[in-house]
Amino acid sequence: MHRHSSNASHAVSYLDRLESEAIHIFREVAATSSKSVILYSIGKDSSVLVHLAMKAFYPAKPPFPLLHVDTTWKFKEMLAFRDDFARSSGMELLVHVNQEGVEGHISPFNHGSQIHTHVWKTIGLRQALDKFGFDIAFGGARRDEEKSRAKERIFSFRDGDHSWDPKNQRPEMWKIYNTRVSPGESIRVFPLSNWTELDVWQYILREDIAVVPLYFARLRPVIERDGMLIMVDDERMPILSEDKVEDRMVRFRTLGCYPLTAAIDSDAATVEQIVAEIRRSVTSERKGRLIDKDDAGAMEKKKREGYF
Amino acid sequence: MGNAFETVVREEDNDRLGQTDENSILRFLTCGSVDDGKSTLIGRLLYDAKLILDDQLMTLERESRERGSTKGEIDFALLVDGLEAEREQGITIDIAYRFFATARRKFIVADAPGHEEYTRNMVTGASTANLAVVLVDSRQGIVSQTRRHCYVAALLGIRKIVLAVNKMDLVGYDQLVFEKIIADFKMMAINLGFSSFQPIPLSARYGDNVTRSSQNTRWYDGPHLLEYLETVAIEREEEQKPFRFPVQYVSRPNSDFRGFSGQIASGSIAVGDRVTIVKSGRTSTIKEIVTYDGSLARAGVGQAVTLLLEDHLDVSRGNMLASSQDPPSFSDQFQAHIVWFDATPMMPGRSYVLQTETDSVSATVTALKYQVDVNSFAHIAAKALHMNEVGVCNISTRSPIAFDAYAENRATGSFILIDRFTNNTIGAGTIDYGLKRSENVRWQKLDVDRAARAALMHQKPTVIWFTGLSGSGKSTVANSLEKLLHAKGHHTYLLDGDNVRHGLSRDLGFTDEDRVENIRRAAEVARLMADAGLIVLVCFISPFASERRLARDLMMAGEFIEVFIDTPLDECMRRDPKGLYAKAIAGQIPNFTGISSPYEPPENPELHLKTINAHADDLAMEILVALDRR
Repeated sequence: MHRHSSNASHAVSYLDRLESEAIHIFREVAATSSKSVILYSIGKDSSVLVHLAMKAFYPAKPPFPLLHVDTTWKFKEMLAFRDDFARSSGMELLVHVNQEGVEGHISPFNHGSQIHTHVWKTIGLRQALDKFGFDIAFGGARRDEEKSRAKERIFSFRDGDHSWDPKNQRPEMWKIYNTRVSPGESIRVFPLSNWTELDVWQYILREDIAVVPLYFARLRPVIERDGMLIMVDDERMPILSEDKVEDRMVRFRTLGCYPLTAAIDSDAATVEQIVAEIRRSVTSERKGRLIDKDDAGAMEKKKREGYF
Repeated sequence: MGNAFETVVREEDNDRLGQTDENSILRFLTCGSVDDGKSTLIGRLLYDAKLILDDQLMTLERESRERGSTKGEIDFALLVDGLEAEREQGITIDIAYRFFATARRKFIVADAPGHEEYTRNMVTGASTANLAVVLVDSRQGIVSQTRRHCYVAALLGIRKIVLAVNKMDLVGYDQLVFEKIIADFKMMAINLGFSSFQPIPLSARYGDNVTRSSQNTRWYDGPHLLEYLETVAIEREEEQKPFRFPVQYVSRPNSDFRGFSGQIASGSIAVGDRVTIVKSGRTSTIKEIVTYDGSLARAGVGQAVTLLLEDHLDVSRGNMLASSQDPPSFSDQFQAHIVWFDATPMMPGRSYVLQTETDSVSATVTALKYQVDVNSFAHIAAKALHMNEVGVCNISTRSPIAFDAYAENRATGSFILIDRFTNNTIGAGTIDYGLKRSENVRWQKLDVDRAARAALMHQKPTVIWFTGLSGSGKSTVANSLEKLLHAKGHHTYLLDGDNVRHGLSRDLGFTDEDRVENIRRAAEVARLMADAGLIVLVCFISPFASERRLARDLMMAGEFIEVFIDTPLDECMRRDPKGLYAKAIAGQIPNFTGISSPYEPPENPELHLKTINAHADDLAMEILVALDRR
């Protein structure tokens, strides 16, 4: 079906190695856990994750559902993409929204990014995992994204409170993964641990994987605040008198809640152009993520609390 | 070669990552002792190769200032020390993975901490590395941590070593210092089996010989570090080895399709090849190699595929498909090196879960032959392995597993050990060789079997295992039960802890190790007696849950009844029928259960009997009723 199937030699390329590693990880979970789920965040890494799961179990479908923990603040285009994507994958999609967030009208504008992320994402995720009783959840996180991620195991053990203890991680040798947990405990599994941002895009290019159109440059209405370009995605965005809404050629390098995710000026409108742009890039991917900057060690703290 | 630097800079439209040789990836480990400057070296490598991005650099500069680094210099360690505790204490705690690429090659770096207590993290990093960069401080030379790191690297199968002699600036870039360290290293590593060795004099702080040849070491004509890492040959010997395919997952989407999924551990396979199913010894032919991207004619090491066989044969997870000409070992007895990670020591006789890449079996260490002092490499006699210690052991598994020697195959020669109760990974092992013993000692097939013997006695063989503190009343209740059983015409035997210690276990003391062995012997004797058809009553304090588990695992399903004789400690001390508690409290008996040695109460015994205000005959009757109800 794809170009490398015609490859007569059985030499394994770098992307093939990463792909095989991820497939092996998916199968390991399927063979040892009865209740697992793919955390689907709609971003490019999630698209790649689902594609790899399809490969791992072909000709069968992956034996897990998708779970989206919705914060109600995602870009509109993300939600439209999510529903199409789930339908075409043929996989079951579960959506969870933290009702406490709905009732408390939690918003990044009124409560700040820390409370927003904690309520919608961290608590929301914990609720969803508890509700469905999943003991293993796949995520698309990569070690190159952030310093505390670089220290996390591929199979990352969580206690009954879903928290990560970075100083007491299970040793992880060879390709032997210990998936045993006691009731209430769980494991987060990251098949893309050893991938970089560039690997992900090169793989999307090679495999022709669908991603949210927000990744591609287009004229979009944005406001510049503290050097960050925030897109006006709906009417909930408060526009102050000093704000200037302008249409700029931008794209998103990473996707989250729209008020917390900054766009970058870019002309990259195709996957090829994105690959070229990343090769030239002098800034890191998470630069546009406002939640990582709350204070030093922000990500580690969130993860200890059960954030993905 | 000296200007390899130019090929990796990220200027203009230079295709920084684009021209990589597709197959060229080097996984390496950096290790060294606490202040040798590992994190600084990695930071320097990334910085000088212009692989640190602008926003990361800004954060780094800000944090360096906040942490009070000297004179505005960048503290590269902050780049890799990702955890709060590490930043606060200025040390590296856990293994960190870094990814970088130059025009020549992609790299995955595992940065291993130097502290002794985190040896397990180094094992984690070393298990997947092809090469180790061992740092030494030029002022210190080879220290015991260097020896330990080299030993662990060698144990985990790393054959290529870079000796990075760091902080050369602090010894005036003196060639003699460098030469002396090389000589010491060679002496130390003589028996570690490294196949290639490259010493490099450098200063991570100032960048000498990191990504460019230094003017300060004109006497050195070897490659700088990055150049070496980019050009060192990576042997792909796994491709030449015999075919090994651990079966990971059986794919059955419909009744017509029965595929065996897994990742090829070594060698290659083509449609039409003969393979042996290791656990049954049957052979078949490869019918199809299935992937999402279409079926393949041939697949090689590292590829994750699904194999279809011509014949309908029983194959499940944990089995292995292998070359019929050159099959792996298949045995339940082997010798292995074990690295222990857990705070609770490893003891011979105790039962653990042994997990290979896809198989999982119950296992015990039958003999701890010796411990290896990882600093002096000396062999030391030992009765237990403590955290971060390495030992050579004989291992016995409940059922045979398919394996190769680790020296032959890292994927099929490795295993981890898991604690049954906490589910933690508590040890890692590399298999040395199968023990011929198990191939020669076969189970004798006898015509009169256990069912025939039991039928003649008109009873179901059973092991009733009494556990509880000394003086709790185990023997009293068991004695009463045996009288009841005897009166009903049953054939019984009572194995009493004290009596066994007079004979079968007279060579054992009361240390934890000896208690474990004592229980193992009693459990094996009880098993033989149950095999003979008897109802066996075992009265042993048996304080540890894991040994009771071992005993349970030895018996047939439903033939093991655990009875917890539950008497509070103060009541046992009040009764003190043998005067032992008085002696123990006076310090005359060391390791006395309940006083100076722990008792782990059973969590799910078949019967939980409280003795306070109860009569032994009534409790015995309660057990009898439970036996009859089965």
